Amino acid sequence: MARALINVPAQAKRGEIITIKTLISHTMETGFRHTSVGATIPRDIITTFTCTYNGEEIFRADLFPAMAANPFITFTTIATGSGTLVFNWTGDNGFTATESSTITVE
Amino acid sequence: MFENPTSRRQFFVAVGSLGAMLAVRSAQAQVAANPAAFGAAIGKVTGGAEVKKGRVKLDIPPLSENGNTVATSVTVESPMTAKDYVKAIHLFAEKNPQPNIISVHLGPRAGKAAIATRIRLADTQTVTAIAEMSDGSFWQDTGDVIITLGACLEDPV
Repeated sequence: MARALINVPAQAKRGEIITIKTLISHTMETGFRHTSVGATIPRDIITTFTCTYNGEEIFRADLFPAMAANPFITFTTIATGSGTLVFNWTGDNGFTATESSTITVE
Repeated sequence: MFENPTSRRQFFVAVGSLGAMLAVRSAQAQVAANPAAFGAAIGKVTGGAEVKKGRVKLDIPPLSENGNTVATSVTVESPMTAKDYVKAIHLFAEKNPQPNIISVHLGPRAGKAAIATRIRLADTQTVTAIAEMSDGSFWQDTGDVIITLGACLEDPV
């Protein structure tokens, strides 16, 4: 299980724009590198990242090998109500990771 | 000492040509720009629509020592209402082996169109950010980055 760091404000005012920062540990092997004997190192990257807020998708990203290792993505959303944000990463070789965090909206 | 001057000359010629060979090899190792693939990747996103300059602000350091992590952020001017919002932001690198970097899909729920991430760049090049609006228009901004040590060239494990 890959380690993921999520930064979501614990509390927000209704209608406020909040910034969400996400980081997940992953090598993001590009598939363009070679070993010392010339064999290609196969591609192993995260291809999709999604974030849902109380079940509604608010952000989706398609990732390519040009993303740095340990993909770090920040984005914004409007705090509409208290609930759960679920973060999901999927990638090559059946990689999946899910994290969630809760937010209280006044 | 001077009985065989040609061997000395041959030696320098040989060293010179070796140097030239190395120069050629290192030039080959550097990733060549692939305008066809770059244009195709952008065309796939825009569908041939005109891409105008403006509204998008790409924030990328002009000089980066390490191409493996280049902090990049994109903001797009948009009211982000249900009728007028940014649908997607795409990042492209002209001299990477594959031009696509990331495509993010947003909606009016985002509040503002602002993303930040870290990317890999193989060589000194221009990075292009294209924003797709809900009305079907495309806007772009470009940023020139000088890379001291490119990604993909480090010693493999």
